[in-house]
Amino acid sequence: MTGTLEGCAGPGFGSVPRKEDGRFVRGRGRFVDDIALPGMLHGAVLRSPYAHARIRAVDATAAESHPKVRAVITGETLAARGMAWMPTFSHDVAAVLATDKVRYQGQEVAFVVAEDRYAARDALALIDVDYEPLPPVVDARLALSPEAPVIRDDLLDRTDNHVFDWETGDADATAALFARAAHVSECDLVYPRVHPAPLETCGTVADFDRISGKLTVHATAQAPHAHRMLYARIAGIPEHRIRIIAPDIGGGFGNKVGMYPGYLCAVVGSIVTGAPVKWVEDRSENLMSTSFARDFHMHGEIAADADGHILAIRVSVLADHGAFNATAQPSKFPAGFFGVFTGSYDIAAAHCRVTGVYTNKAPGGVAYACSFRVTEAVYLVERLVDVLARDTGRDAAELRMANLLTPDRFPFRSATGWEYDSGDYPRALRTALEMADYPSVRAEQKDRWAAFERTGKGPLTGVGMSVFTEAVGAGPRRLMDIMGLGMADGAELRVHPTGSAVLRLSCMSQGQGHETTFAQIVSHELGLPVDAVEVIQGDTDNTPFGLGTYGSRSTPVSGAAASVAAGKVREQARQVAAVLLEVAADDLRWDVGTGTADGGSFSVAGVPGVSVSLREIAMAAHGGLDLPDGVEGQLAASTVYNPPNLTFPFGAYVCVVDVDPGTGEVEVRRFVAVDDCGVRINPMIVEGQIHGGLADGIGMALMELVAFDDDGNHLSASFMDYLLPTAMECPPWELAATVTPSPHHPLGAKGVGESATVGSPPAVVNAVLDAIGVRHADMPLTPAHVWRALQGRPIRPDIAIR
Amino acid sequence: MQVPAFFEYQRATSVAHVVTLLERFGPEARIVAGGHSLIPMMKLRLAQPELLVDVNDLHELAGITVEDGVLRIGALTRHAELLASPLAGEHFPILHDAERVIADPVVRNRGTIGGSVCQADPSEDLSGVFTALRAVAVVRGVDGDRTVPMREFFHGPYETAVRPAEILVELRVPLQPGAGSAYVKVDRRVGDWAVAAAGAVVSLGPGGVVEQVGIGLTAVGDADFTAVEAEDLLRGRVADEYTFAAAGEAAATHCRPVADQRGPVDYKRHLAGELTVRALRDATARAHRGGSTE
Repeated sequence: MTGTLEGCAGPGFGSVPRKEDGRFVRGRGRFVDDIALPGMLHGAVLRSPYAHARIRAVDATAAESHPKVRAVITGETLAARGMAWMPTFSHDVAAVLATDKVRYQGQEVAFVVAEDRYAARDALALIDVDYEPLPPVVDARLALSPEAPVIRDDLLDRTDNHVFDWETGDADATAALFARAAHVSECDLVYPRVHPAPLETCGTVADFDRISGKLTVHATAQAPHAHRMLYARIAGIPEHRIRIIAPDIGGGFGNKVGMYPGYLCAVVGSIVTGAPVKWVEDRSENLMSTSFARDFHMHGEIAADADGHILAIRVSVLADHGAFNATAQPSKFPAGFFGVFTGSYDIAAAHCRVTGVYTNKAPGGVAYACSFRVTEAVYLVERLVDVLARDTGRDAAELRMANLLTPDRFPFRSATGWEYDSGDYPRALRTALEMADYPSVRAEQKDRWAAFERTGKGPLTGVGMSVFTEAVGAGPRRLMDIMGLGMADGAELRVHPTGSAVLRLSCMSQGQGHETTFAQIVSHELGLPVDAVEVIQGDTDNTPFGLGTYGSRSTPVSGAAASVAAGKVREQARQVAAVLLEVAADDLRWDVGTGTADGGSFSVAGVPGVSVSLREIAMAAHGGLDLPDGVEGQLAASTVYNPPNLTFPFGAYVCVVDVDPGTGEVEVRRFVAVDDCGVRINPMIVEGQIHGGLADGIGMALMELVAFDDDGNHLSASFMDYLLPTAMECPPWELAATVTPSPHHPLGAKGVGESATVGSPPAVVNAVLDAIGVRHADMPLTPAHVWRALQGRPIRPDIAIR
Repeated sequence: MQVPAFFEYQRATSVAHVVTLLERFGPEARIVAGGHSLIPMMKLRLAQPELLVDVNDLHELAGITVEDGVLRIGALTRHAELLASPLAGEHFPILHDAERVIADPVVRNRGTIGGSVCQADPSEDLSGVFTALRAVAVVRGVDGDRTVPMREFFHGPYETAVRPAEILVELRVPLQPGAGSAYVKVDRRVGDWAVAAAGAVVSLGPGGVVEQVGIGLTAVGDADFTAVEAEDLLRGRVADEYTFAAAGEAAATHCRPVADQRGPVDYKRHLAGELTVRALRDATARAHRGGSTE
């Protein structure tokens, strides 16, 4: 780590070790599959082998007669309870268990509840489903053709596979700029379907108490409060009788935002058997049936004047949404935040059209660390800028530098209406290029190319970059909601009589280190040691309402809430201190101290030596002190934080690769990442997040892909077929920071969880294409894809390799 | 969670015990050693054996020795042991080349040489290595031992010359003093199956003429993992870039790859040629140095 963290100093902040690691490194984390309740039964899901088929009959009698089977739930069982279909996050419905048709391979058809997980699996083979196979829609580009079979014939009057059209920007202004541009470059790009693939798959233990009527759901839930409302709506159980408990979660990346049929079946299984029911999906089930990500087919155009100034960008997108439109994103944003596709550049006009289509593939979407499709937007613009540089004979770094927004333009309203809060893009790019020693890499590249032309042997060197702008921390609530729930989050802070504290949050860590970061925020505000602040999350009976953790929103939203709640407690303490010291509250000065168990202190202005610590105040606030009217006593406050705007973290990445032109193999030799996420509360945790995101980016750029064959068979249903990067594919990361605080966040912080995932794929792809001198080829750039791109016959990634 | 179907389990106490159990249970019995192929297949219920015969206690099946001009590798030898064996590396650097790119350390610690070749996965690295080396498999059944040349060992994907009541006990590689050997592989990610791979063993005579050569190809559709046409072309010719290119072309022409998500046919065919050339180049360079990697 180099660069400056100026502006991040402050009590409580810094690279303290993660509190949660004490249990994780000892193997003492407690995940859903570690939960064993007395009398607990086990569920297993029967899935469709077909991508598209009509269900003629489901015969479960043989399974029901298995001696260890306690219940078999089919689509008909659920239909009788009005639960065969559930609402999605995107104004659609999705099947819980199929009744009429199956619409993708791996779709849920029946659910067995048995005394052990072995018997549950055995009984699946005893269920007889009579399928009538139908032709599937696999190629998204053919989904709207008149011959395409209609996937959603469950919807009234549905005659095609069209889901939505959405547009943003000013079409006329954009067209006018294109008309007078000296140069226009076009490019077709596919951001193929990938999967979040968290280490821990999704799972639940549903426990319905027939006596109290209370349902307790232990589940892998990134958004426990939103889930509680969904269970209430779908299962008809009053919301106050539902408790969601998310234990430790082993990675989410958006995969654990949505509601899955297995969860609901476990609930029904518990209701009908009267026993707790555990269901934990296996790896193949996770990869085949849960929320995918991306699957955007983009046509981009970029217009520039004769001097290389970018004038306008125009995009049309075909979005493959799978069989049900279940993308998890703010409900008024059918293409997520793709509208930020003008990126980090000063672009006068832009326009974009997105068409969503149904295909016979798993639903979900917009998971996987993407900040609601900012990933696709950044990839589009960063690839287009490289194409423009190539087409006009300009250096990619110089072209970017000449078009970046400058610091004086902030707050900046983009051509598509987004208000960027703060940024210094040229500084980030300059820092990255200096660290990479850009001129010498270019010189080396030239030498390598010359040697290749002489001998026909590699390696070839390439350098690629991206200057990305992220958009994270949704709401505000007036603009952004999930199923009508405004995107604002609560926090409750209580300081105990002896001066330690408990903070309750609506967000939910999946490995991000919330227990540490949020304790540091309280420490920063109140001067208490980080260890003296307990952080409670994930339990809906014990935490305030909020929308949860995804889209890098924990620090921007819940972090702000924690800060505001702590500020309220500090003001309560001031009132108590005023009584203790017998002075007016306004005469007290706050000193946050050095993080001792005493906490911060109030002293009397102009009277040296007269002060009282937070610990003393806490005891007094709970004691017999006679408090004035309006001061309630105790130290506790709650808040609901409704963010005024998104925060816009950014960064500049430079990637250096070597490519073997004889085999197409790529080695990522260097990766320089300069990130600016505003104030860093725990720089070590931030760097860890960046490491993970960079690895993600290398994975997507070079190997990750969910592909289907012509019959709609899923070709990536195991970790032998869906490749995740390992340490061997990752170079030693070269990180640096710049700090441009967010002007509207109480701590100046911006979210960082997804920055590196968003920013790194284009840097890697740009580097590989730069090495082989090819204008464009789609991800993943496996050896085969690279070699075929070199032959001038690039492989289409979204359909099976033939 | 993936769980296997019901099966019985026996821990074998001797090779004879293994053969007796296999005999009694018939083709639904399976030997388990490292378990890195079989257990995942059982969890996916692609394999549902009725009996697992665990051979992990049979230490007489493990170990690497040289006797009477033959390198002997016990079937229960772990990948990690082969990779760490100076004896194996000294005689046949190809073994270390290949082991370095097989899976990852955790798998190599447990997976066995015998299990790998008996699984007969079309993308198995060691299959191409042992055919290039002209190794011989020793197989034991009720009637005692019999030997099978590795070039006749593979009967198609996941099928071998080992019969239901037999167990592979050893691989024997005749020493080839002065021969150079090498293995090169292209994969999409470390630990992945080969997109394609080639192994070469080269013995040079006077004037740098190829006296004997073995070329093994993995993952490109050759049932016997061998590029016979390329071998025939090389014997008796000077080992130079020109000859290697011709051999590569022969290997590319005669292999029969199929398209999958690792790559299309034309790419795999190209790789068969390119990797054959590279393996020959490395093996020949080592032969010029007397066979060693130094």
